[in-house]
Amino acid sequence: MTTLAEYRSSRELLNNLTLRELRSKYKRSVLGWTWSLLNPLATMLIFTLVFRFFLRIEAPVSKSTDLHSFSLYLLCGLLPWNFFVNGVTASMGSLVGNANLIKKTYFPRELLVIAQVNSWIVSLLIEMALLAVGLIVFGNMVLPWLPVAILLMALLAMFVTGLALAFSVLNVYFRDIQHFVGILFQVWFYLTPIVYPLPRVPERADIFGNDLPVRALFHVNPMVDFVEAFRAILYDLQAPSLGILAYLLVVSVVSLVGGMWLFGRLEGKLAEEL
Amino acid sequence: MIEPAVLVDGVSKRFRLYHERNQSLKAALMRRRRAIVEEFWAVRDVSLEVPPGSTFGLIGENGSGKSTLMKCMAKILRPDVGSITVDGKVSALLELGAGFHPELSGRENVFLNASILGLRQKEVVEKFDEIVDFAGVEQFIDQPVKNYSSGMYVRLGFSVAINVDPDVLLVDEVLAVGDEAFQRKCNEKFADLREAGKTIVLVSHSMVAVHNLCDQVAWLEHGKVKMLGPARAVVDEYTGALQADREVNEETGTTRWGSGEGRVERVEVLNASGTPVPVVRTGEPVTVRVHYKFTERIEQPVFFVPVNTLDGTNVAGPNTRAGDCVPDSLEGEGHIDFHVDRLLLLPGTYDLSASIVDYSCLHTYDFLKHALRFDVEAGEPRETYGFVSLGGTWQVGAPVARA
Repeated sequence: MTTLAEYRSSRELLNNLTLRELRSKYKRSVLGWTWSLLNPLATMLIFTLVFRFFLRIEAPVSKSTDLHSFSLYLLCGLLPWNFFVNGVTASMGSLVGNANLIKKTYFPRELLVIAQVNSWIVSLLIEMALLAVGLIVFGNMVLPWLPVAILLMALLAMFVTGLALAFSVLNVYFRDIQHFVGILFQVWFYLTPIVYPLPRVPERADIFGNDLPVRALFHVNPMVDFVEAFRAILYDLQAPSLGILAYLLVVSVVSLVGGMWLFGRLEGKLAEEL
Repeated sequence: MIEPAVLVDGVSKRFRLYHERNQSLKAALMRRRRAIVEEFWAVRDVSLEVPPGSTFGLIGENGSGKSTLMKCMAKILRPDVGSITVDGKVSALLELGAGFHPELSGRENVFLNASILGLRQKEVVEKFDEIVDFAGVEQFIDQPVKNYSSGMYVRLGFSVAINVDPDVLLVDEVLAVGDEAFQRKCNEKFADLREAGKTIVLVSHSMVAVHNLCDQVAWLEHGKVKMLGPARAVVDEYTGALQADREVNEETGTTRWGSGEGRVERVEVLNASGTPVPVVRTGEPVTVRVHYKFTERIEQPVFFVPVNTLDGTNVAGPNTRAGDCVPDSLEGEGHIDFHVDRLLLLPGTYDLSASIVDYSCLHTYDFLKHALRFDVEAGEPRETYGFVSLGGTWQVGAPVARA
């Protein structure tokens, strides 16, 4: 793993690699950047139609204002989730996709992964800004919560970077990882309260004949608390508990340190394995 | 004591050859025994020092480990044993334009590539014009590089890499890119870098380039250093060994090697009236005629007629590529002439060799060493020092009047 000093001198390279991702993402498409906004909007419309109107899942009323909108409730969880999925999935291909660069030049390899995550942070920031505008229009004054939102996004970015580092380097050794991750994220999505509110999950449930404390098990998934924390500040205008924040901090640090450790162990042979 | 610019200390690099490539998780989890792996040491216990400011050559046959060793120096590969210490900033020219993104413009790629190679943003801005100018792609700089010709692509890649201003420059066989004019610019740039005291490590198959550019050379064979020393000694030894399968003709004293698609049948020295002669005179017109025979059609063959003194010193190496006379292709039998209006060789005995190589001058179809020995007799100008006359004239200036 590279030292902090090397990181600092690589900051420009990181910026350039991030710019490359951003510039090439929508090159040669007519709508260009609009796509990155149309995607979550389309998802929002489909989910609202299916879950709100067909399955009749109600979003709760905001705890501080009289905001009552399934779509906005959905977006508060969906946008961080999309960042999580896109960041990890895209990063996974970043080493394999830049094989030529890795085999022919030297620079800290993790920059490729981090640049990919960074480019999705940019998307997240734009989407969240637009969501904030929407929330304000519908009566939720979210601006005072901006610092907490930024803190949460920083923690989420750390969490995502850690997983991205781990999955990207594992994917070089075992190309199955990318297929496995596809299924993993599908399961993970439905086990995270995005299209439904957390209270709809029963405390205990009988699953295939086993009586399980489902709700408690849910919290093993850090994305549950991430989504809940984002909703708390954006939809309910309420601070998440310090306990939750501390838990998210620990999860993010563990993910980042673990990812860096694994990456550092496996990066030595990247140029030969690719 | 001077610290070496590159210190290679007992370096070994091992590659694993997988007989069943195991990139699937299932295979990794299910297999009972270890995968069938054959280990292979690409570089084995190599130690060498590159003095700062020198040009160092790595030569050897394909698979001898020279590129692997260079990749270790560039930190792209990590040695399994030993260590490599490089003093200063390293730039590696392993593949030109390796980091280019086809959809991005030349301008965007210059900035990206330069920062991959370690140049600061500010420096790129300063050097941008120079980089683009050197590559000669001003008109296309805002076009996506996928629209570039392959020549433009590598020129821009080279231009970025060479402008990184490294302390140690690692070059892997990229000198032979671009057209004649660009090659000349590259060679000038290399000369500048050498002049500026930069350390250059060069991997090449071109013994001419290694001989001309390098101070010291390491010859690698099967991953080990076979010989290390001054360029000339190592190159001579190496070329000697390469031609182990050469055909020596005791009777004529000639030696021949090459892949054999083309053959130098014989070489003649003709006088002014076109008659083959064993003796010519300084100042007279002379023609060297090379009779060739091709067993198949060869694209852009290049003919060399090196002239040596009897002790092996190179006097001249006229060739059709430098003379801008390379046919698109040749086949069958024929001859090619090298005309000299006024022979400037001074009296003595010389050996003429002749070779047919491909356009890159890396592949030898046929090399007939010492194809012809000829004598030069005294003529005009009547000089005795050295091998050649410079053909100049003298003039005595008007004496300065005493005050």
